[in-house]
Amino acid sequence: MSTDVVDKGKRRFLTAATSVVGAVGAGFVAVPFVASWMPSERAKNAGAPVEADISKLEEGRMMIVEWQSKPVWIVRRSQQMLDSLPKLTGNLRDPDSANADQQPEYAQNEHRSRKPEVLVLIGICTHLGCSPTYRPDIAPADLGDEWLGGFFCPCHSSRFDMAGRVYAGVPAPTNLPVPPHYYVTENTILVGEDGGAA
Amino acid sequence: MGKLIGWIDDRFPLMKMWNEHLAEYYAPKNFNFWYFFGSLALLVLVIQIVSGIFLVMHYKPDAELAFASVEYIMRDVPYGWLIRYMHSTGATAFFVVVYLHMLRGLMYGSYKKPRELIWLFGMMIYLALMAEAFMGYLLPWGQMSYWGAQVIISLFGAIPVVGEDLTLWIRGDFVISDATLNRFFSLHVIALPLVLIFLVVAHILALHEVGSNNPDGVEIKKNKDENGIPLDGIPFHPYYTVKDIVGVVVFLFFFATVMFFFPDGGGYLLEHANFIASDPLKTPEHIAPVWYFTPFYAILRAVPDKLLGVGAMGAAIVLLFFMPWIDRCKVKSIRYRSNIYKINLAVFVVSFVILGWLAMQHVTSTITLLSQIFSLLYFGFFVVLFITSKNEETKPVPDRVTE
Repeated sequence: MSTDVVDKGKRRFLTAATSVVGAVGAGFVAVPFVASWMPSERAKNAGAPVEADISKLEEGRMMIVEWQSKPVWIVRRSQQMLDSLPKLTGNLRDPDSANADQQPEYAQNEHRSRKPEVLVLIGICTHLGCSPTYRPDIAPADLGDEWLGGFFCPCHSSRFDMAGRVYAGVPAPTNLPVPPHYYVTENTILVGEDGGAA
Repeated sequence: MGKLIGWIDDRFPLMKMWNEHLAEYYAPKNFNFWYFFGSLALLVLVIQIVSGIFLVMHYKPDAELAFASVEYIMRDVPYGWLIRYMHSTGATAFFVVVYLHMLRGLMYGSYKKPRELIWLFGMMIYLALMAEAFMGYLLPWGQMSYWGAQVIISLFGAIPVVGEDLTLWIRGDFVISDATLNRFFSLHVIALPLVLIFLVVAHILALHEVGSNNPDGVEIKKNKDENGIPLDGIPFHPYYTVKDIVGVVVFLFFFATVMFFFPDGGGYLLEHANFIASDPLKTPEHIAPVWYFTPFYAILRAVPDKLLGVGAMGAAIVLLFFMPWIDRCKVKSIRYRSNIYKINLAVFVVSFVILGWLAMQHVTSTITLLSQIFSLLYFGFFVVLFITSKNEETKPVPDRVTE
């Protein structure tokens, strides 16, 4: 065996091959660290459904319940509020709730709810996650004459109507989401489950 | 003493390092006021690390306990209020000093060949500093902490396809929660300070490799005496160490004034809403970031589209990284550059300041329009610079420094 001839090509190949295998190994080592940032089992289990009693909710008023640490709004809309919905169609980005991710099938209608007067929404702005303010007043000074009531996000001035539908020309891209929910009794809503009916 | 140093030098390059970086590091003799801010940034880093170490001794990174532990520091820990105000004032001071330091770089072309890497390391420091400040702001767990973090993390949700999963991964929960607070605490007190220190060392090593720029933008290494020492250079120590001490005294005068008399800066340094414990169900009426992020926030607000808004905000920072290649003029210092450059830079600085102010105002159509105009002027700086710098009419640059 001759030892004075160095096969440089072989050396380079072995060095490169070792480096590549080492890099793959380092990639595998990174997996547990990266994965440890995902929601823990405890966080995943915390999203149990919550019950809301709406018997005392007056017309035109809003109540907030907490579901998965998020604010869920329940509004009992007046006839006047429901009447305002079709008038706005031209000003909205998605008036027909065509984006199926933003509501269950049973809320994909003009009033975006199971019962026309009771609106259930997740109160988190689809822009950057602030919680919009409930502004049922008609044509207030700060929101302009065109305002027919709805939700206004104080962070970046996104506007939503009385069905949580987003106006065109504001930063929020989609309508406010409707969470899965169903009526256990006439006046009790369970937020977080569809109740089998879709 | 000499014997001890000799003993160490046989085992560790003590005097070699001292000479390379201080006693025999030759800096141009014409440094002016603007050259204080590098060493001041280093001082603030030390203030933040020391005050931070002591805050961690009393703070509890737990969603149930965090807010109360900050109150405990303020009310019950001996001198806790002082240490916390030192840290919060330090955050503001850090950005003041760094912004002025960056402006110095823009004025005297300190990012130009051969100093591109110094600029890039510096920009990375700036980025790490923004992350550090943002994560630190979550820790008091007040309303602004909570909703500010909610907004900033949601920014990543604008990224197509992976956005939503990415925000979930950053938060570690479906909303900002204890998991988020805990990991931000870890990053704020361990990971990012280590990154910052590493980057600062790289920044200084790169600087000392090529040598400092100066207000004339003249390379002092071109004219050396028979011993190879630049004719226009003076040893950093003792000349500039002593000069910098004067800067430190003046700086500490301002620092102490804010710390003792205006620690909340009228709601701009410590926002009023942050004196209320976080409430995931209610966003404060008026939310604005702390002043040092406001110019970028104004750009975000100016664009009525989620993805484009986030993109514009990111681009406002990323473009700065490319300054060494956007500016194609060979002349470094503003002293010898065209009026176009002077006006362009002035418009850029004014736009940056006005954008910062606009972001703190309640949104009205006028504010939005102004934000859009000044955002365009901000980006216009880079466009005009790229176009005009190639064949810029410059004044003759002297061979030696002028002062």
